[in-house]
Amino acid sequence: MLSPGTRVALFATCINDTMKPSIPIATVKLLERLGCTVVYPSKQTCCGQIMTNTGYYKDAVPTVRNYVDSFGEFDYIVGPSGSCVGSVREQHAMLARWAKDAPLEEAATAVSGRTYELTEFLVDVLGVTDVGAYFPHRVTYHPTCHSMRITKVGDRPMQLLKAVRGIDLVDLPMADQCCGFGGTFSVKNPDVSIAMASDKARHVRSTDAEYLVAGDQACLMNIGGVLHRQRSGIKTIHLAEILASTEEEVWVA
Amino acid sequence: MSPTRERLTPEPPSWLGIPPFPEAVKEALGKAEQRKNLRHATGTIRAKRVARADEVDNWEELRTAAAQIKDRVGRHLDDYLVQAEKAMTDAGVTVHWARDGKEANRIVADIAKAKGVDEVVKIKSMATQEIDLNEALEAEGIAAWETDLAELIVQLGHDLPSHILVPAIHRNRSEVREIFRTEMGTYGTPAPAGVSDNPEELTAAARTHLRDKFLRSKMAVSGGNFIIADTGTLVIVESEGNGRMCLTLPETLVSVVGIEKLLPTIEDLEVFLKLLPRSSTGERMNPYTSFWTGVTPGDGPQDLHVILLDNGRTNVLSDPVGRAALRCIRCSACLNICPVYERVGGHAYGSMYPGPIGAILGPQLRGLEEERDRALPYASTLCGACNDVCPVRIPFTDILVHLRHKVAEYKSSKHPTVEGGIMKGAGWVMSDGKHLASVQVASRAAGKLYRGKWIGPMPVPLAGRWLQARDVEAPPTETFREWWKKNREGGQK
Repeated sequence: MLSPGTRVALFATCINDTMKPSIPIATVKLLERLGCTVVYPSKQTCCGQIMTNTGYYKDAVPTVRNYVDSFGEFDYIVGPSGSCVGSVREQHAMLARWAKDAPLEEAATAVSGRTYELTEFLVDVLGVTDVGAYFPHRVTYHPTCHSMRITKVGDRPMQLLKAVRGIDLVDLPMADQCCGFGGTFSVKNPDVSIAMASDKARHVRSTDAEYLVAGDQACLMNIGGVLHRQRSGIKTIHLAEILASTEEEVWVA
Repeated sequence: MSPTRERLTPEPPSWLGIPPFPEAVKEALGKAEQRKNLRHATGTIRAKRVARADEVDNWEELRTAAAQIKDRVGRHLDDYLVQAEKAMTDAGVTVHWARDGKEANRIVADIAKAKGVDEVVKIKSMATQEIDLNEALEAEGIAAWETDLAELIVQLGHDLPSHILVPAIHRNRSEVREIFRTEMGTYGTPAPAGVSDNPEELTAAARTHLRDKFLRSKMAVSGGNFIIADTGTLVIVESEGNGRMCLTLPETLVSVVGIEKLLPTIEDLEVFLKLLPRSSTGERMNPYTSFWTGVTPGDGPQDLHVILLDNGRTNVLSDPVGRAALRCIRCSACLNICPVYERVGGHAYGSMYPGPIGAILGPQLRGLEEERDRALPYASTLCGACNDVCPVRIPFTDILVHLRHKVAEYKSSKHPTVEGGIMKGAGWVMSDGKHLASVQVASRAAGKLYRGKWIGPMPVPLAGRWLQARDVEAPPTETFREWWKKNREGGQK
């Protein structure tokens, strides 16, 4: 357990910062409620995954450098995204090595070792699974591939969700199968991507849930996009938003 | 081959006619019956694999051991190959070396001709698929008959295999009945009149059809699952027993084996015989495992040839990241778990190695000159499910990303591309928070325009593809960056 007022640097991620600020806002409120002092280094941008995973290493290296510059001084860096945190941990050192920049590789390895996905930070570092949240809705959880297999968050999100008061948590069929987003996959192979997203949306609908929750906004945007097109009425919500929700202030997505 | 000469074996379609993956999938996705077959088949075998892996206490250690053994073979491949050649030669095997498919095919044809043979029976083999041996033999006037049930279905159906282990996974039994009914008689014993689509009847028809081929053939062709370097033992693993017929009846056996298939000692085999059947068919042990250490008078083939095939493998070995693909033992666990494969099947990958392993092996063996091969590293969402099931721990997603980098380099070395421009722009935007903030001015403007609305289909490049099936929430009117400035800035950094 950390001492009260520990400085935690928020890695908001570019997609959340630009497209879905409610997620980093929820993360800030949650961490502050749990006694952390949250810092937001404004130099930060992105994990570089879009460039890296499309094959453009040269264009991804500046993001590694910028990440190290932005977060190098912090002991705890927390991001509400399994995918982005996974990219920092699995790809930053590789990119620096590719660029033959040994000091950057060393720094990237060190900083990525201090980078946590939100639920890892809550459960492993803060030592809490009951964050005092309240969310009176029927919810189904999609584990997301990168949270599950790259960042390996395990059952931490479920531990946290189960402790939420008022929640009606239902299992998602075929939960561990990919939703078909895959970054540029959804643009390069739109037909397969749509087939996968449609199947995922069908499974979500079968649960009769009001909300689909996950730890990665990109996947929620993909599945939520289909659910909205189908006028299913099912909303998507990020895990941080449910955990930030309290009896005093129920989160509205 | 002159076009007027009558073919000996059913003419297959060509892999070369298949367009690059993003195009090829369109047809596959439209086949409702095939998608149902694939979903059912992969779903069943996935569950079996999990059950059989769970039974083994040290499964994860076994996977690590397998990866390490295979990597050791790769590191000392030159030594192991020389050792294996000597051991096999000492045991009475004729060892041949083939740099590519053309050389290997030539060797097989020459052996057949020297024996005066005009037909061979075949054990299911990926190596011979890889080099298109059947078509090369056909061109030489030698008929090559597939004896594995699924390969027989594919061959008689003038079809291409769509799965490593279950080549006819895309066919259902009524289609199989139709193929047997119309084709068997042209190439040998016909299917019984009135054969139904009952699997037992179909299997019986195949058995009868194959029997005269087994009894007649003087020569068999196989691949090889493993070669033990220090004893020169060839190991062939199969499920049906047809392989064993090929291995024991004909006088001559020719095995085409990739040079990466070596294992140092017989002890190493234990690891793989536990991992392979559980990962591939979800069985504890495969029904037939044959070991041939040279030639034994009066038992099995009396003339045994092993062709050690490179065909691009040394190029793969020279790539420090990509070489892990050579660990592959062709179990197809990665195909069965892959959500992309599950929906499109094998043909869309345009090669005999489909699925995740095809996406990393094909472009490495063949190079990146063809658009078809440049598309394959992108035929994955990088979901990582293949990493987790691979019995030899091939880091699929790392290799896919690595190959994407090679493709991007290849493309930008020719001429500047739109994608390259976008990525360069993104690289600049993401190099500093100030740059990102300046770009967010545009997203906020769009947010104000669409205020709280969802954006539907739009005829715009790239995003239009995305929006054909999905809506997108309009961007917010305030970014997080601004929220922070307004609500938290001051006391802190």
